[in-house]
Amino acid sequence: MFARGIKRKCFDGEEDIEGTLAGFKSVPSYNLQRQSLLDMSLVKLQLCHMLVEPNLCRSVLIANTVRQIQEEMTQDGTWQVINAQNTGQASLDRLVSSDILCRSTKEQGEGKLVPSYSSFSKDFEDIQSQDIISDLSTVASVQAPRNPQSNVWEMENPQENRGNFQKSLDQIFETLENKNPNSVEDLFSDVDNSYYDLDTVLTGMMSNTKMGHCDVLESFSSQTTTNSNSNCKSDINELDHIVEILVES
Amino acid sequence: MEEDIDTRKINNSFLRDHSYATEADIISTVEFNHTGELLATGDKGGRVVIFQREQESKNQLHRRGEYNVYSTFQSHEPEFDYLKSLEIEEKINKIRWLPQQNAAYFLLSTNDKTVKLWKVSERDKRPEGYNLKDEDGRLRDPATITTLRVPVLRPMDLMVEATPRRVFANAHTYHINSISVNSDYETYMSADDLRINLWNFEITNQSFNIVDIKPANMEELTEVITAAEFHPLHCNTFVYSSSKGTIRLCDMRASALCDRHTKFFEEPEDPSNRSFFSEIISSISDVKFSHSGRYIMTRDYLTVKVWDLNMENRPIETYQVHDYLRSKLCSLYENDCIFDKFECVWNGSDSVIMTGSYNNFFRMFDRNTKRDVTLEASRENSKPRAILKPRKVCVGGKRRKDEISVDSLDFSKKILHTAWHPSENIIAVAATNNLYIFQDKVN
Repeated sequence: MFARGIKRKCFDGEEDIEGTLAGFKSVPSYNLQRQSLLDMSLVKLQLCHMLVEPNLCRSVLIANTVRQIQEEMTQDGTWQVINAQNTGQASLDRLVSSDILCRSTKEQGEGKLVPSYSSFSKDFEDIQSQDIISDLSTVASVQAPRNPQSNVWEMENPQENRGNFQKSLDQIFETLENKNPNSVEDLFSDVDNSYYDLDTVLTGMMSNTKMGHCDVLESFSSQTTTNSNSNCKSDINELDHIVEILVES
Repeated sequence: MEEDIDTRKINNSFLRDHSYATEADIISTVEFNHTGELLATGDKGGRVVIFQREQESKNQLHRRGEYNVYSTFQSHEPEFDYLKSLEIEEKINKIRWLPQQNAAYFLLSTNDKTVKLWKVSERDKRPEGYNLKDEDGRLRDPATITTLRVPVLRPMDLMVEATPRRVFANAHTYHINSISVNSDYETYMSADDLRINLWNFEITNQSFNIVDIKPANMEELTEVITAAEFHPLHCNTFVYSSSKGTIRLCDMRASALCDRHTKFFEEPEDPSNRSFFSEIISSISDVKFSHSGRYIMTRDYLTVKVWDLNMENRPIETYQVHDYLRSKLCSLYENDCIFDKFECVWNGSDSVIMTGSYNNFFRMFDRNTKRDVTLEASRENSKPRAILKPRKVCVGGKRRKDEISVDSLDFSKKILHTAWHPSENIIAVAATNNLYIFQDKVN
């Protein structure tokens, strides 16, 4: 049980291993506990009951917990340590499970960042494009020595780990908002395409096509077309919705 | 105004009247009306069941007024949102009564998306002796009518009708968690996760948005609205609570959009108790004004707190509901119990507060004597009309005879919804699909 999330002091590798070994039989180490909490939280976020809208309060609280763990792990430096400590089988299994959950985009290839943005809003696009460019350059640098068999954590830049991690979280909230630049908002200011693209996003996360180095840049430029397609589609649904409301009233 | 302090102690001797099994459906809300004559329950199936208190008759002095079923109706039906391809649950989240202004009763009931105003009225007479149709309703052949008569009203068996008078729809993108009738009796508010709307009872196609905490970028969302309520006396004041354990008091006179609060209530965090679950357990699940309007009570996962409206930096009273769960937070997070939303209620004189817990336990705290009691709402452990025995959860190693250990608590039996009669010591406790009504024993 970890009722107390005691802030760890400056990380000391020696101490930690000893602590882990010593504590292995009695109480799981703080890092293990924290990691399992992280895994559990990610599973909770992903397993939405898709029949009914998921509870927003619950999702927000879990997401905040995940962010908190992420921040602490970043400050601890354990985010990078996990890359180095690639040894234990147990840790690998755990990493793989969380890998499947929030990094399945990576397993297929380098173009992981781009397809998952198929549903973001127009305003957001501008801000995102800069991030994408910077991340693309990072990706490019890691491309060459890629060994598909090795542990994903080890290969990636830790910076990018966090970046994509954050984006996984963001995707979940991204799906809650899909701003339509058209003026339907004038008519029904509260009509929201919140979950329209949820299926798209989840599908995008789970099964991305493998993209080569050049493809990444190409797909980035083709984003606007993807966006406009989704916009058209949501327009039609908006119209249906309006008609439905008018007919009902 | 001097406050009346009720100096009576909590009477531990509560008689159990009845347990009403509302067939197979989980009760999701319980509410007495303003006189306490009626008690409404809403369930997961979208039904509302109203109980009415028996008139005390001279013949049966020893028999206190008991509650019997008065009316049952289907308030909400399941719907399907075609735009989002998601179901809209018919579960009744909240019921709020309007004060009675004529012979009929009015209440608001809401599910996740739609608020409805229901009129409940009695019919005990019917007209008889029509000229153009016979008693079965069939039209009479005009050729057979030879005389004219005046229809008369004859008594009939009492019939209670519930009719929907207003439907307030399409105003909430997110799930409605609270409704609150204003003291002006002309307006009410409905709150969802990110917005609060103000309605006029007469106007269903328009509502004013008075609070909006939705960020421009949904990515930045870290806080949601969890409950909201109007001040019982000042029609311009309301409060809303958040998932970060804060309460905001707003004055509608300040501006049309009350995004900037007038008062902000937050208790500083105790650094020694900090854990990854700190934020989750600080999330406020219910907020209630005292009847006097001087205090607000909030419920978070482990405690109930009473705040003085004039002091924002900390509550004036904190009561531990089930602190023995603090070491179990990880398991409770795993099985999602940590997200359970418990409600809390005041008694009529604001001297006692009550809230639910697990294992069908509910707790009462006397604010004056500082005594508290744990009681259980279950058929197995109490005979009809027997006095409820106080329960105790043992935390240490040694368990006494009547105590229950933390590990044997049943977390599927949770009491989330309770209600207290506005003037008497009668309480209604909803335990999953059973409703318990307890009365104070009077010698």
